[in-house]
Amino acid sequence: MPALPAAVPLSWYLTLSAFLFVLGVAGFLFRRNIITVFMSIELMLNAVNLTFITFSYKLQQVDGHIFSFFVMVVAAAEAAVGLAIILTVFKNRQTLEIDELDSLKN
Amino acid sequence: MLPALALASFGCVVLLLEFLLGKARAAAARQWILGLSLTGLAVTAWTLWAQQQALDGRRLTAFSGAISVDGFALFFNWIFLVASLVTILISYRYLEIEGEEHAEYYGLILLAQCGMYFLATGTDLVTIFVGLELMALSFYILVGFLRGERRSNEAALKYFLLGVFSSALMAYGFSLLFGVAGSTRLKDIGTAIQAGDLHDPILLMGLAVTTVALLFKISAVPFHMWAPDAYEGAPTPVTAFLSVGSKAASFALLLRFFLEPLGALRDAWQPLLVAVAVLSMTAGNLAAITQTNLKRLIAYSSISHAGYMLLGLVAGNETGLQGIAVYVLVYTFTNLGALLVVAALRSKGAGRGTEEDLNDISGLAQRNPAYAALMVVFLLSLAGLPPTAGFIGKYYIFLSLIQTGHTVLAVIATLYVAVAIFYYFRIVKRMYMGEAAERASLISSSLGVRVALGITTAATIVIGLYPEPFLRFAEISLLR
Repeated sequence: MPALPAAVPLSWYLTLSAFLFVLGVAGFLFRRNIITVFMSIELMLNAVNLTFITFSYKLQQVDGHIFSFFVMVVAAAEAAVGLAIILTVFKNRQTLEIDELDSLKN
Repeated sequence: MLPALALASFGCVVLLLEFLLGKARAAAARQWILGLSLTGLAVTAWTLWAQQQALDGRRLTAFSGAISVDGFALFFNWIFLVASLVTILISYRYLEIEGEEHAEYYGLILLAQCGMYFLATGTDLVTIFVGLELMALSFYILVGFLRGERRSNEAALKYFLLGVFSSALMAYGFSLLFGVAGSTRLKDIGTAIQAGDLHDPILLMGLAVTTVALLFKISAVPFHMWAPDAYEGAPTPVTAFLSVGSKAASFALLLRFFLEPLGALRDAWQPLLVAVAVLSMTAGNLAAITQTNLKRLIAYSSISHAGYMLLGLVAGNETGLQGIAVYVLVYTFTNLGALLVVAALRSKGAGRGTEEDLNDISGLAQRNPAYAALMVVFLLSLAGLPPTAGFIGKYYIFLSLIQTGHTVLAVIATLYVAVAIFYYFRIVKRMYMGEAAERASLISSSLGVRVALGITTAATIVIGLYPEPFLRFAEISLLR
């Protein structure tokens, strides 16, 4: 495994991934379109992958690489299930706005 | 490992069966599917039993420490087995009524249980994450199984979005913990936490994010908002499976996490858990008072039950941990039973409502005294009154709180039992004093429903009257 280039310190990678993660969380909390919300979650998972790869490089260990493969597999499965659910919701309601889903309430 | 193999292979075969048998509409095909799923559970039970015998109080680790088969894991696996058995037994008739008889339903239940197996046994972050996702993905589909129904769609979507969000949080927490410990084994992470400096921002962040994700999964306040929607919209048997299986599995994970790698940081997380437990009891119990939908009411009450279970972890002594095990066991049978009665209210006929409203159960005692009486037993047990099983569960939790000097917490918890009695007895009052609704739903029971009711009622009463064997069973399952 090649070493990290010395010019870019480890903390930069971690900061970038933390930034991506926070961006994903913000998108999840504030966007109102279901597809955009789902994309925000994918962004969070990508931040997770970046963190794993960074630490894996730093520690010279493959465990993190393996975990990031599992995260990708899981993300793909989630996309399959999630898009199917979004599709049925759209078929029954003709809307993709989260705020219009209000048939379950107190 | 064998139980997981059995579950996964039977799950996959059942999943494919619909293609092999053609459309699973014919009664013969459906009975084959049901029979095969039950055989899968029987094989799983047999392998679990064999492991229990081989274990003899020891702890076996496999796959270089990725899973650990111990008394703790097996205890929870028996609970998962009961949950999926009861769910499958009551689903047959329910799916017939809804007109959604597909083999996938049973396959997904078996696969979800396979995920739960890895949640209870996993001692490696990769195993835990994959097990969690296997369980969660199966549940997203099961919750939305009634494709034509808007409420089921909506519940699936809300559960899916919040579930995936919490999984992403957990994965991020895992990645930071991996960075600190340099290993994905829980044991190494524990060593790193003990050796490490708690003010390391990466470690702190990793622990915080992972804890939030765990609280999401057990639906503790303030991360509970998905539970009422998912429970209400899902098909009732799935609600039963979700409220019991998923909660027990998440609790197994939470316990393994808090007792093994985080055991050394007890002082740091104890106040946090106290706050979460009190908030869960408060929000769960108070919100349940105003509910008119039975499934939503049970959802809020299950949030408060998560609070009680957390109190056992707050006390943290031998009695408390035993108390959690007993509580989970008791809650499994009781909650399954209560939702079973709700599922039995659903009957055939076009233009009917959902039959899960407080009005639908009104006057049930005149139409069907047996079901009303059983519902009373389950509600008594949920409230924690003797001589039912619920009392034993609450007794041990309260005892452990008093033993460790958390008297104020014990008093608060007892006061909330009074609140719980109030809203559970609102249901009892409607069943016995209420006027039967005009288009009163008739209970159409099947053999499966009766067997499932027999199992849950017997357990609720027997654990209440003669708890010794169950207490001993819970004691050998403690994580030490």
